[in-house]
Amino acid sequence: MRGPRLWLSTVDHKQIGVMYMVTALFFFLVGGIEAMMMRAQLSLPNLTVLAPEIYNQVFTMHGTTMIFLVVMPVLIGFGVYLVPLMIGASEMAFPRLNALTFWLQVCGGFLLYVSFLAGGAPDAGWFSYAPLSEKPYSPHPGLDYWALGLLLLGFGTVLAAVNFIVTIAAQRAPGMTIRRLPLFAWMTLVNSVLILFALPALNAALVMLLSDRLLQAHFFDPAHGGSPVLWQHYFWIFGHPEVYIMVLPAFGMISEIIPVFSRKPIFGYGFVAASTVAIAFLSYGVWVHHMFAVALGRVFISVFAALSMLIAVPTGVKIFAWAATLVGGSIRFTTSMLFAVAFLLEFTIGGLSGVAFATVPIDWELTDTYFVVAHFHYVLFGGTAFALFAGAYYWFPKISGRLLNETMGRWNFWLVVIGFNLTFFVQHFLGLMGMPRRVYTYPNLPGWAPLNLISTFGAVILGFGSLVFICNILASLAFGARAGNDPWDAWTLEWAAASPPPPENFAQVPAVRSRRPLWDLKHPELPDWAAEGGD
Amino acid sequence: MIWDAFRPQSPQVHAIAGLFDGFLILAAVIFLIVAGLVGFSLVRYRARAGAADPRPTFGSRRIEIAWTAVPLLVVTVIFVFTVRTMAFVDAPREPGQPPDLVITGHQWWWEARYPNGAATANEIHIPVSRRLLARIESVDVIHDFWTPQLARKMDAVPGRPGYIWLEADAPGAFAGACAEFCGKQHAWMRFQVVAEPEAEFSAWLRHQAELPAEPTGAAAEGTRVFREQKCGDCHAVSAADVRAAKGPSLAHIATRNLLGGELPNTSVNLARWIASPQSIKPGNLMPDPNLTPAGVQALTAYLESLR
Repeated sequence: MRGPRLWLSTVDHKQIGVMYMVTALFFFLVGGIEAMMMRAQLSLPNLTVLAPEIYNQVFTMHGTTMIFLVVMPVLIGFGVYLVPLMIGASEMAFPRLNALTFWLQVCGGFLLYVSFLAGGAPDAGWFSYAPLSEKPYSPHPGLDYWALGLLLLGFGTVLAAVNFIVTIAAQRAPGMTIRRLPLFAWMTLVNSVLILFALPALNAALVMLLSDRLLQAHFFDPAHGGSPVLWQHYFWIFGHPEVYIMVLPAFGMISEIIPVFSRKPIFGYGFVAASTVAIAFLSYGVWVHHMFAVALGRVFISVFAALSMLIAVPTGVKIFAWAATLVGGSIRFTTSMLFAVAFLLEFTIGGLSGVAFATVPIDWELTDTYFVVAHFHYVLFGGTAFALFAGAYYWFPKISGRLLNETMGRWNFWLVVIGFNLTFFVQHFLGLMGMPRRVYTYPNLPGWAPLNLISTFGAVILGFGSLVFICNILASLAFGARAGNDPWDAWTLEWAAASPPPPENFAQVPAVRSRRPLWDLKHPELPDWAAEGGD
Repeated sequence: MIWDAFRPQSPQVHAIAGLFDGFLILAAVIFLIVAGLVGFSLVRYRARAGAADPRPTFGSRRIEIAWTAVPLLVVTVIFVFTVRTMAFVDAPREPGQPPDLVITGHQWWWEARYPNGAATANEIHIPVSRRLLARIESVDVIHDFWTPQLARKMDAVPGRPGYIWLEADAPGAFAGACAEFCGKQHAWMRFQVVAEPEAEFSAWLRHQAELPAEPTGAAAEGTRVFREQKCGDCHAVSAADVRAAKGPSLAHIATRNLLGGELPNTSVNLARWIASPQSIKPGNLMPDPNLTPAGVQALTAYLESLR
């Protein structure tokens, strides 16, 4: 089962899942180093740590890396590892396809980074607006690598989505109806549908961009009848669902973790699941809020503003459901739970500042400033990354058979929370004061220097906090306490398997008669299937 | 105004700041409700040693409907105010109304042209308390014209002009920046909007459209260097010259406050720029000329004569 050759050729969902997570962690370090380079350059006005062309490559690679090589693969990795276990299956529906999607991921990441050796990394930002991304304005081959790399990653992601959908549709244990599906699996399912309809728009746009750059097509070139706004429509009709693609599985993790550590079932399973479907539908109708500063016409923009505000409602439903799950519980403050609770608060800030961008006139002032940088880091770090930390502390015992160290966990938690908020909260003020994003340096206007210095200082703390996490993984793998099968006294099927699970996962899958099969097993006097009725 | 976000100096930005204040109050209340509920639960319901699991509860349809309906109401209210403010900030122009000025984004500077032929770069003059209709264009990549205190952002998309109202309540020089990433020198694609009383504005406008005086002395020597170096291939020196527009117009450059969007317009800075523009704004499209110190001095004198 072990050995490098077997890791290379494996089709086991658990090994593939672990490989996804490990590559994502590696790229998290790379993207983190890029972030540190940016914060060093911006710590004071008029610094020359990085030349402008280097800074532009670094911020482009930071965004592209964190989105396509960290968040998406780590979420897919958790899904690949956990979904079969949670639904009582022994494997993904298509094990070899699963391996292919992982190796496509690796190749895509390699193509992106080999650009550094091939004459320069891409430098047009993660959304590569045309015509800046066209040959006349970005002649070196960085953007070709960017487009090809993303194309590979995009294909891989679509295939992974197909695999999830079929697995969840066809491989569920007897008794696990769709209304008894664990919420993490629910959200992975909805997420996969999102991917299936969103990623092809990106793939198509990338082929058009490559045609422009390599075959002298003129899709996005206004001088020859093309349209730069067309690229924006294509990109954001992928790009906004993408935001939800990066956050729905994290919602799923939180929906598993908060109930277990509150010792209560989720408050309103039906609403939490249904609101996910609502988010998925609405997310296809909000992309123009990335383009409110383009002259598109007032009525057209108002429609997208309305839909963008509407999507706050199902998101709010979730936040209230998680908060209400805490009420009346018996809350255990594990590191996992600390991250989950911090997620609730940080993500609420990110969600609320998101409503500011749906409020068109506010968007007209704040888009493309540091306010938007603060906003999406509250969503993607305060939201997704915090949920991932919570998920890592929660499922590491299942994956490795050992608990992560709780003392190091506390250090990890507090350094990350303090560092994160120092780095990004002040950026709201910088945006309000008029600092545009994506600038390699800035004038010494009143207040800008101290706020940027605080942000850089916070980033250093955040960096240390993340390193503590990696040290904790390494130390606990070697010396961690044995976890046993079910260290958290949890309720979903993965905790019925051994830790780590054997290749076939379960000797025998427990009977599923409710959403919490292991609760029923442990509490025959008060099974959920007898009490659940109302929902 | 609870907090002077954006430090507004025009009716349009006042309206946006008011909307932002309302939004901020609402957001703070919602955050406090969530944080209060979470904080209360963490204190009140922390696990006691040896406590058994509470009896399961699965939710409450009534509460769930309530916390769907109330946010729906809240966003409806926000939407109404959004549409009203949009209509005020982007007030419709008369059918066929020509722009009062055309602002064009270039990598990495702003050109402004007025109907009387006046052309300037990186410094845009407007009268106080009279709104001008500005058309925003681009000749290369996408830029975004943003004067935070005076007006909304407007993307400058090649082939797709946009319009904004540019207005200021009081005289002053207001900082502006390009807000859409546009390449190597995006960071210093900065500019100023100078608002001045109507009389001064019309005097400025008339003067900018006039031809420059015939250079004498050191400045005359500078015109020779200017021709030799082919500066005129990219730079116009008078409003009448509309062919050379690759670089910023130098017409009446001596009257401007800033150079390259950032440096105070002094002889020393002007000479520095002429000697080595790449060391001041690395990557900009003007190559470092190969000039003797005397050449730099002559050219500086010539440009300073363009008042």
